[in-house]
Amino acid sequence: MSHHIIEFKDVRFRYPDGTEALKGVSFRITHGESVGIVGANGSGKSTLLLHMNGHLLPSSGSVTIGEVPLRKETRPEIRRKVGVVFQNPDDQLFMPTVFDDVAFGPLNLGLPPERVRERVLEALRQVNASGLEGKPPHHLSGGQKSAVAIATVIAMAPDILVMDEPAASLDPKSRRDVIGLLVSFAHSKIVASHDLDLILDVCERCLVIRDGAIVADGPAPEILSDAALLAQNHLELPLTLQGRNIIRK
Amino acid sequence: MTLESSYYGIGRMDRMSLRDTAVHRLDPRAKVAATMLFVIAVVSFPRYEVLSLLPFFLFPVLMAALGDIPGGFIARKVVAVSPFAVFVGMFNPLFDPGTVAILPGVSVSAGWISFASILVKFALTISAALLLIATTSFSGICRGLSRLGVPALFVSQLLFLYRYLFVLMEEAIRVVRARDMRSFGNRGAGMRVFVRIVGTLFLRTVERAERIYGAMLARGFRGEVPSMRRETLRPSDAVFVLASGAFFALCRLVPVPETIGRFVRGLAG
Repeated sequence: MSHHIIEFKDVRFRYPDGTEALKGVSFRITHGESVGIVGANGSGKSTLLLHMNGHLLPSSGSVTIGEVPLRKETRPEIRRKVGVVFQNPDDQLFMPTVFDDVAFGPLNLGLPPERVRERVLEALRQVNASGLEGKPPHHLSGGQKSAVAIATVIAMAPDILVMDEPAASLDPKSRRDVIGLLVSFAHSKIVASHDLDLILDVCERCLVIRDGAIVADGPAPEILSDAALLAQNHLELPLTLQGRNIIRK
Repeated sequence: MTLESSYYGIGRMDRMSLRDTAVHRLDPRAKVAATMLFVIAVVSFPRYEVLSLLPFFLFPVLMAALGDIPGGFIARKVVAVSPFAVFVGMFNPLFDPGTVAILPGVSVSAGWISFASILVKFALTISAALLLIATTSFSGICRGLSRLGVPALFVSQLLFLYRYLFVLMEEAIRVVRARDMRSFGNRGAGMRVFVRIVGTLFLRTVERAERIYGAMLARGFRGEVPSMRRETLRPSDAVFVLASGAFFALCRLVPVPETIGRFVRGLAG
């Protein structure tokens, strides 16, 4: 199944203010892989993610999703393949009720109402948010918002899931639920996060990005246990790999 | 009223709209139409009319009672926004000094009468609008409006306004709290800081709008907010609109209190 492949070839991107955020990024992600993207603040993670569904277009180089090269005209097709969950669920949930919000994507895809209803209920069931259909988003807790935000994207049945900090500012239980959810998805997954334990749980492969370029690419357990590499990138060992001296007074 | 209490006030109204009563079950279109008729009937009264307006209070009172909405809550909200009406009418008593007899031997300036008329009309229309929101939910009203033929662009603007009102208010509450925490009781250098706070909120809002638009595009947005709800008008909706319309017409065309008064006097005499 070649259509779940993501390929970046020497992608450069310069913001209108002249900041060069990506300086020649190349990688290839194949079907069913789950890949973590880590790096310091301002290293280019978010810019990279915004290229995956054509929110930004490369200044030079090429992005290919499946067999489709990313261009202005192919964006609608690419957005059907790649579902992006943005960092702040409040930006993602803009409709008056949870149901309407999850239905927004499928309706835009032109599905008939009965199919939309099925998809919405199924997506909410998958993220353990059944029963929230009628609620307005501002009455949800943080964990529920994150779950529903993920449901809005999987309801469109994308081939590839892209997530920016999927569990930021969640309580430990909700975070654990989101991790369980991500592990259960068979999609190709790309997760950008500073939560390295989450990456370790969810991803088998990890890219490290620094100053708009990829500085390491390999199996996640290997990369995430390389203390020196992590330190260079303003990161540290995942907490589960750190020894802990309990302070006693 | 502080920002925080008004925030929770709106939230409370929002929750009320999720209840399930005879009024809540009416089709949004029916309630929007009845409320519009009500407002038109009330504001069409001439400026010196007070008594004939009183029967109209029956509509909000019934809506609140049947919709299980606490009257005191609505009354407090009306009072909270009443300064607008007071400002509009406060100079009437000065500029309109002609005298009118209201009871045998008691006369007041005509300006007071028109001022009272403004206040009554204001209380009627605002309470009806608040009850509409409290029994229909804002999204229901928007759906009703779009089914009544209001252009999709306006309706989606209203929807987003309501959705992000909460987000913006939460943000404002956080900023104001941060200011208060470091300004030790005085209102943190007053106007100058206030202007900057508003500026910050504006910039944040613009940035948020851009992110939301990105999220919409990512889910296939092409300029129209789709909806799949297909409500059908039931006989009860039609009865509701016709009955309330007939009641408003009656109260508008026949001076009800006067007629009752004359009738009672007729009985006594």
